[in-house]
Amino acid sequence: MQHYSGFGLIKHSLSHHENWQRAWRNPTPKKQYDVIVIGGGGHGLATAYYLAKEFGVTNVAVVEKGYLGGGNTGRNTTIVRSNYLWDEAAHLYEHAMGLWEGLSQDLNYNVMFSQRGVLNLGHTLQDMRDIHRRVNANRLNGIDSEALDAKQVQEIVPHMDCSANTRYPVLGASWQPRAGVARHDAVAWGYARGADAHGVDIFQQTEVTDLIIEDGTCVGVRTNRYGDIRAERVGSVTAGNSSVIAAMGGFELPLESHPLQALVSEPVKPILDTVVMSNHVHGYISQSDKGDLVIGAGIDGYNGYGQRGSFPTIEHTLQAILELFPIFSRVRMNRQWGGIVDTCPDACPIISETPIKNLYFNCGWGTGGFKATPGSGHVFAASLAKGDMHPLAKPFSMFRFHTGALVDEHGAAGVAH
Amino acid sequence: MFHIYCPHCCEHREEEEFHVKGQAHIARPVDPEALSDEEWGNYLYFRKNPRGLHHELWVHNAGCRKFFNVTRDTVTYEIKEVYKVGEQPSVVSPADKV
Ligand SMILES: Cc1cc2nc3c(=O)[nH]c(=O)nc-3n(C[C@H](O)[C@H](O)[C@H](O)COP(=O)(O)OP(=O)(O)OC[C@H]3O[C@@H](n4cnc5c(N)ncnc54)[C@H](O)[C@@H]3O)c2cc1C
Ligand SMILES: [Zn+2]
Repeated sequence: MQHYSGFGLIKHSLSHHENWQRAWRNPTPKKQYDVIVIGGGGHGLATAYYLAKEFGVTNVAVVEKGYLGGGNTGRNTTIVRSNYLWDEAAHLYEHAMGLWEGLSQDLNYNVMFSQRGVLNLGHTLQDMRDIHRRVNANRLNGIDSEALDAKQVQEIVPHMDCSANTRYPVLGASWQPRAGVARHDAVAWGYARGADAHGVDIFQQTEVTDLIIEDGTCVGVRTNRYGDIRAERVGSVTAGNSSVIAAMGGFELPLESHPLQALVSEPVKPILDTVVMSNHVHGYISQSDKGDLVIGAGIDGYNGYGQRGSFPTIEHTLQAILELFPIFSRVRMNRQWGGIVDTCPDACPIISETPIKNLYFNCGWGTGGFKATPGSGHVFAASLAKGDMHPLAKPFSMFRFHTGALVDEHGAAGVAH
Repeated sequence: MFHIYCPHCCEHREEEEFHVKGQAHIARPVDPEALSDEEWGNYLYFRKNPRGLHHELWVHNAGCRKFFNVTRDTVTYEIKEVYKVGEQPSVVSPADKV
């Protein structure tokens, strides 16, 4: 792998940037792998990367039906934070946060992780009670978290209407200074490049059409392009399409796939240097380095695999954003799109064994899994390498919906991403 | 944006008047006391979530406030048919057992 550096940039400028090495190979599949990862989003690629780099399993294939990061990884609003309520979730997201903090160096790829802080606003007395509870829980878990009043919020975001005259006045917020945003496609590309350098084979435009199951054991996948590819273990990391893969194995998951929409404005001068989210009025906003305002909606209520949603959903979100930021009323929106998010009844992921032996699932991240990408990949890789679930993954078994040990993060997840 | 026919009002109305309530035809347990944890979990949480034809429950909450079923393609979002609760769908996918 060619090492990226400032010096390299200068060197390549002498040859008009025409000699950069490909970031990853375009291999043809072997007959047999140790592990096949279905899905080349951030979580799948991170899984492959850590398998090869940290757990010594280099005979790994990633099979992606479209292009890398073309699913939710390249469609999200890139908010990264770890201020979840319950220990199980907080530990998992904080594990990811730790990896984020060294990720650009580790991958030798600038993922533009920017710890600009995230505010979760409270607009009612109950909101504020929940915020205090969550902030205290975070601090007990060693996660940076503060409860702010409206005046402190106003100091951080001078352009937001924190007056008492709005319909849902801002009463305060939780504030995580280490939270922020990252460049989502760089995350997919950085992990892909790193995994490839450690020997992982990545196949794009290759759809898994069936699972090969012999005597209740998964022994590989059937693809539309390369026929059967066999493996010791198979990990499905297919987000909104997870139920489709599960159906190939003959079982159901506690998931619904929903459209989730986002939109960006025309680029404007720097005006918002942090991330503002509100569960109560249902909207969240940040500003990208390019200058566009990045705005996310809540899910559309119906099941949908179409990567698009309904207009009223966007309209409601913009109403909320304008209530908070009347100053943005004349900003024009540039682009709008949708992803397919796999929502779980307790707003927590599934990182799990399945009814089929040697078949594992990492899914259910729903509206908020981008922030977990490094941690999710890391614990899933550890689990696939050993055939035994990583301690941080154990509480997120799909069978918790049989035992009743749900991890209810609706408060911390909310609209929130 | 959907334009949905309410079989109770016998009119097409905008999506905004409706709420969707998820998979239709989930039978309540006949003998709840006899259910295992697994059966309870399956009843409460596990869903078909198909990519393709989906039978789902909607409510006309800003209209007549009555429930009804919709068969819809979850990829194209096309509504194939609307029918009342208690009725069976006429549009079904081959793999589908309602
Ligand atoms: C609009 C929007 C905003 C969001 N905002 C945030 C946010 O601010 N913060 C946050 O933390 N999270 C956010 N999320 C959620 C986040 O994007 C996801 O949880 C996360 O990216 C999931 O990553 P993944 O790698 O599991 O899935 P994906 O990136 O969706 O990857 C799954 C891959 O599997 C592939 N695949 C599917 N079926 C097959 C098959 N049969 N064969 C081969 N490949 C297959 C798909 O093509 C896809 O590339 C948002 C999501 C959306 C849609
Ligand atoms: Zn009606």
